[in-house]
Amino acid sequence: MTDAVATEPSPTLDSANGGLDDGTLASARVAAGLSKRYAAERRFRLYGIIAVLFALSCLTLLFSTIIGNGYSAFTQTMVALDVSLYPQDIDPNNTKDSTQALVDRMKAKGAALDMDLHKIDNRHAKDALAKADTSTVIELATGSPLGVGSPELLAWMKDHAIRESSDEKATRGLLIEYLGEQASAYRRTLQTANYQALINQSILDLFPEVSGRRDKRAVRNMVSPGATFLIRNMVLDDPGLVGKRLTVEVPMSDDLDMLNKGHIRADVAESDRRVSDKEIDWFTRLKDRGIVESQFNVGFFTHGDSREPELAGILGAVMGSIYTMMVTLALSFPLAVGAAIYLEEFAPKNKWTQLIEVNINNLAAVPSIVFGLLGLAVFLNVFGLPRSAPVVGGMVLALMTLPTIIIAARAALKAVPPSIREAAYGLGASPLQVVFHHVLPLSMPGILTGTIIGMAQALGETAPLLMIGMVAFVVDIPGGPLDPATVMPVQIYLWADSPERAFVERTSAAIMVLLGFLVLMNAFAVVLRKRFERRW
Amino acid sequence: MSTVHTPMAADALSESHHPTAPQHREVKYAARKACVFYGEKQALFDVDLDIPLKEVTALIGPSGCGKSTFLRCLNRMNDTIPICRVTGDIKLDGTDIYSKAIDVVHLRARVGMVFQKPNPFPKSIFDNIAYGPRIHGIARDKTHLDEIVQTSLEKAGLWAEVKDRLAEPGTGLSGGQQQRLCIARCVAVQPEVILMDEPCSALDPIATAKIEELIDELRENYTIVIVTHSMQQAARVSQRTAFFHLGELVECGDTEQVFTNPQDDRTQGYITGRFG
Repeated sequence: MTDAVATEPSPTLDSANGGLDDGTLASARVAAGLSKRYAAERRFRLYGIIAVLFALSCLTLLFSTIIGNGYSAFTQTMVALDVSLYPQDIDPNNTKDSTQALVDRMKAKGAALDMDLHKIDNRHAKDALAKADTSTVIELATGSPLGVGSPELLAWMKDHAIRESSDEKATRGLLIEYLGEQASAYRRTLQTANYQALINQSILDLFPEVSGRRDKRAVRNMVSPGATFLIRNMVLDDPGLVGKRLTVEVPMSDDLDMLNKGHIRADVAESDRRVSDKEIDWFTRLKDRGIVESQFNVGFFTHGDSREPELAGILGAVMGSIYTMMVTLALSFPLAVGAAIYLEEFAPKNKWTQLIEVNINNLAAVPSIVFGLLGLAVFLNVFGLPRSAPVVGGMVLALMTLPTIIIAARAALKAVPPSIREAAYGLGASPLQVVFHHVLPLSMPGILTGTIIGMAQALGETAPLLMIGMVAFVVDIPGGPLDPATVMPVQIYLWADSPERAFVERTSAAIMVLLGFLVLMNAFAVVLRKRFERRW
Repeated sequence: MSTVHTPMAADALSESHHPTAPQHREVKYAARKACVFYGEKQALFDVDLDIPLKEVTALIGPSGCGKSTFLRCLNRMNDTIPICRVTGDIKLDGTDIYSKAIDVVHLRARVGMVFQKPNPFPKSIFDNIAYGPRIHGIARDKTHLDEIVQTSLEKAGLWAEVKDRLAEPGTGLSGGQQQRLCIARCVAVQPEVILMDEPCSALDPIATAKIEELIDELRENYTIVIVTHSMQQAARVSQRTAFFHLGELVECGDTEQVFTNPQDDRTQGYITGRFG
């Protein structure tokens, strides 16, 4: 209390309202308490700032750890190898030439066969021959009167006990069949050729002094087994490469990749590291030659999972997550919004609806693995849906997401001012029109917020998906919601579980991709929400 | 005008009905023994009230006296409150509005309502007006709809102010404009009766004056029932006044008579400001 206030007599304050029992004035008491109140406020503000700073520093720590661990996964150590694609290695039976001869003759006669030999199938052959007239077809088949003939074709006909005939249709069919068969044989040859041997030779050529089985194997293992597929796919894309010598950049093994990135250090005892002194020496020599290069790891974004870290990619899991999320959204959003509208707008308020309400709220708190067990017992065992499929994962996650969206949607519907409802009812709108013309659009931003929370939760969910087999090792990139797949968090879990050092950085990189996916999803929802807010 | 009627004292409720409007007036609404219950609690006790055609009837009384409750019975807005129950008869043109013969959506199309707080939809001014005609299928085509919107806004005295910004949101108007927008929205459905629940209580005196002027004009074509706390307003705009107290209809008569020569002590007390 201050003297100024206390000594100033004021008739109104001295009356029953202003004066207190002990004779002090109310305003004086207020003044005395003020500094305490402000101190409390300042204290509380300080707590708030400390809390925010603490949260921010935790977040910074988290992100810097993830990014620090994971950024190196976006590069991959590659080695440029000179590979000689000798025809005798790839096509020892010379499947190509005999077929090529026939194709060339057909082309000379006006057939429209413009594609690579190994891609020809019966339909193409038929189309190509469609323009040729009878005499051309017969000529092609028998080789006469060109004279050179087609000894392979004749031999093949003999094998199949087919006689030469002058019947055009039969000959035409024969030609198509023969061509298709030859082309597929060539295709098989290209696919099954021993490219590994070529690569082995190529890397061994770099170290001519290496001898002994064990060392040679070590040298061979410096290159990732994925190199074989790389070269095979190159050859399948362009069979013209056969017979050429080309320089191919192939991924190095994960251990050397780790060595190159500094995750495996050369200064520890040899027995304590996965790379021997010899290998380090070889690697250094390759580096000195200037053929080792660190490149952007395209494969990480375009491959499915693999047991070889340098080949493992996230795309399979990303696609799995996308399909799962699509199924989850398609199932949970309409169901949840429908349920919320019914409960909020139409259902009578009685014991039954109360029971339902309590149950929905409890459902939001059920451990997610329980939903996984339910999915296993009902969706897989009773309904017989496919195992490991995003469609089942989506259904299970939809069950999990439903209560979240229902609760948010009910809150959003409740928050629509009653005056809007009254206005619409007063104009003679039916209850359904009131809901769909006014209440639902107004509550859409809130519903979308709830949906995005539920979807973000579902995106990060692992446990229920383990139960329905989405933890399987799936190499192929799923082409639809029925194909076996994993999702990103499960992929992270699988990689985190793998012993190879190179999977550590991939795990962090996958977390970054997951977070990026989440941000993208949220951004989409925010845009959608903004749109609704503008329209209304 | 001879408007002799007996005031409805609580102890006289069981007596036979007293027509509250004289014979020469055409009656739009006739309420007989209308009671409203909110759960166990009775909010309105045996109200007998006739509302004449194409006149303004004001419902006055202290807060919580049941005048708004009665108003909301007239277009069955009470239906939206689950615990609310209405007994007795309320006839619109001779048909009980609570009978099966009346569809509530149709009833509300015939009986429009303007609320205490202006409540335009968060849509454009045009869409606000067009909403009623659209859901009821009143407009034949786009041009007809434009016409309806224009005439409704003209009737509500808003056309001149908003004709250049029909696409702007209705919520961007001032309070008085919003309330006139709500009246226009209500008129666009071409109702027979307009119920107004303290339409000016959230408005400043100038906006209030405009609305009162508007009510006077609308009387030409519509039967209007208005709930108001302002006795001056009741005296200015209404031809009939009904005084409610504690859920009972105390007195009903021509406005002039009620304000100059009230029959009941409670009415006298209320209009002279002794309680309320």
